[in-house]
Amino acid sequence: MSLAFGTRKGTGSPAPAAPSTQHLLRRKRRREAARTLAFLSPWLIGFSVFFLYPLISTIYFSLTKYNGFGAPTFSGLKNWDYVFNDLPAFWQGLRNTLWLVVIMVSLRVVFGLGIGLLITKVKTGVGFFRTVFYLPYLAPPVAATVAFAFLLNPGTGPVNHLLGELGLPQPGWFSDPTWSKPALTLLAMWGIGDLMVIFMASLLDVPKEQYEAAELDGAGPFQRFRYVTLPNISPIIMFSVVTGVIQTMQYYTQAIVAGKVAGGIAGNSGQQFEPGYPQGSTWTLPQMVYNLGFQRFNYGAACVVALVLFVISMAVTSILLRRKSGFMASDD
Amino acid sequence: MTLSSTLTKAPSPAGASGTGGAAARVARRRALLNWVAVHSLAIAAALFFLLPFVFAFLTSVMTDQQALTTDYWPTSWEWGNYGKVWDTPGFLTWWRNTLLYAGLGTVLTIVSSLPVAYALAKFRFRGRNLALMAVIAMMMLPPQVTVIPMYLFWAKQLGLGGSLWPLIIPMAFGDAFSIFLLRQFLLTIPKEYIEAARIDGCGDLRTLLKVVLPMAKPAIAAVALFQFFYCWNDYFGPQIYASNNHDAWTLSYGLESFKGAHHTNWNLTMAATLLVMAPVIILFFFAQKAFIEGVTLTGVKG
Repeated sequence: MSLAFGTRKGTGSPAPAAPSTQHLLRRKRRREAARTLAFLSPWLIGFSVFFLYPLISTIYFSLTKYNGFGAPTFSGLKNWDYVFNDLPAFWQGLRNTLWLVVIMVSLRVVFGLGIGLLITKVKTGVGFFRTVFYLPYLAPPVAATVAFAFLLNPGTGPVNHLLGELGLPQPGWFSDPTWSKPALTLLAMWGIGDLMVIFMASLLDVPKEQYEAAELDGAGPFQRFRYVTLPNISPIIMFSVVTGVIQTMQYYTQAIVAGKVAGGIAGNSGQQFEPGYPQGSTWTLPQMVYNLGFQRFNYGAACVVALVLFVISMAVTSILLRRKSGFMASDD
Repeated sequence: MTLSSTLTKAPSPAGASGTGGAAARVARRRALLNWVAVHSLAIAAALFFLLPFVFAFLTSVMTDQQALTTDYWPTSWEWGNYGKVWDTPGFLTWWRNTLLYAGLGTVLTIVSSLPVAYALAKFRFRGRNLALMAVIAMMMLPPQVTVIPMYLFWAKQLGLGGSLWPLIIPMAFGDAFSIFLLRQFLLTIPKEYIEAARIDGCGDLRTLLKVVLPMAKPAIAAVALFQFFYCWNDYFGPQIYASNNHDAWTLSYGLESFKGAHHTNWNLTMAATLLVMAPVIILFFFAQKAFIEGVTLTGVKG
């Protein structure tokens, strides 16, 4: 990337000016370029050292055999071949991620919109409800996951106890491969506060006149939602889906902590834990980078998975970069 | 942002004739039914959001024996459990480390990100859109993508493994999310203020500090909170750089090991869990407005 720090010219060529004025203008421009450079400098360093350099290194390491000791030796596409063809766990991680993208993200968006709608309709105790709905979002992910591992533990957990008293089936949640992802989804829906606030703000921004006009035309509540609310908030829905997918690509802490606590592994004792417990059902690509790199010291293969993660994330991000999303809006 | 003021509109159906009578009575009944339905749903939702806290709390004050049962309600209230957690070897160190990481990280982030955000919002230069795109790309990058070279860089080349410095130092070089959020806010500051300052002879740095900074206080508060929470909650970072050194662990990282490593029961685990949650939640109550504004700012603007 090459950034040129000149100021953009106004319109056309500058009017012919006396040499001294032109000289001044050039000096001014150079000063402005220096100023821009100075203001941007922290980030220019950060971008090069913490983004460009490691990204290029990751590409390089993905083509080498390296375990952290000695020097990396070039091995061509061997790591890529290994990950794609000889590492079934890679495809399992990808499938789990897809599951989370389809089910967890869509349920979160629908639930967030529902809670956002609900809070705009509440007339008594708005402040109370808003705070209560928002609060779980603030719970640190590790703490929230440990709490859910307790709530949902199949033996003495209050949730299963309650289900038992109601005569309902008691799933194994984090200990059962078919229920572990639904349990994580439940945890994700508990922390819906961010989406609630975004939807609430956008719902309150819908022009009141449009509702009144629709009502005069005889539209019922569902029609008003379908023809007035939805078109108005669809950019926000799009935004929350895309950011949800990006977050899911990074899904790590909750999955790994749930697996470790439910699997009864003695925490960070250095003991190897079964990745994606139970039976790889909570296994995601970020965990695979950790597992391959820091537990199996196969840096080359870890870098391959990291690059897959990079490509998917950037492909999704490019949707956000389209002008419509408002991300790139500027004031001139 | 006035969220509550817009919610107090009286439930008067449009087009109701002012003559009272049957139509008005029907409308009033419908409004009442509507009120009951909405608030029942809200109470049900509130239970869903609150009960996990309540159950965790009730278990945290149970005796060791009772915590092994399926009881909901503690027979005796063992407040001493919180003291026991506090006295667990390492817990206090984890607190100190977390505060250092979150405190220093937040300050460094603000100081390094504000000028960058200001330049991206208010300066005109070639490559500005490209720079902004790069910020967004960096913001969306999963930390795992670059972790292998970064780990080798910090631990092997600089010998800073087993500490939190590899997580703190990068924050002195701008944080993409903070830059983006501050820029979104700075866009809303009218150009006239900045031009007026310039005419008064203010340099760019003075303009930033004397004119822009005071106006951007809400956004800075939001960014500070987000960054503090991010550090407080970070699990992956400490796991990579500090896992081999107990003395460098943070609360979020240590908490996960709590149940297994100390062979503790759910009661102490829940007490520890609530102790990790508490500061964040208390902080939220003090800064609720700034926080919610910040969340909205991350959404679509313009």
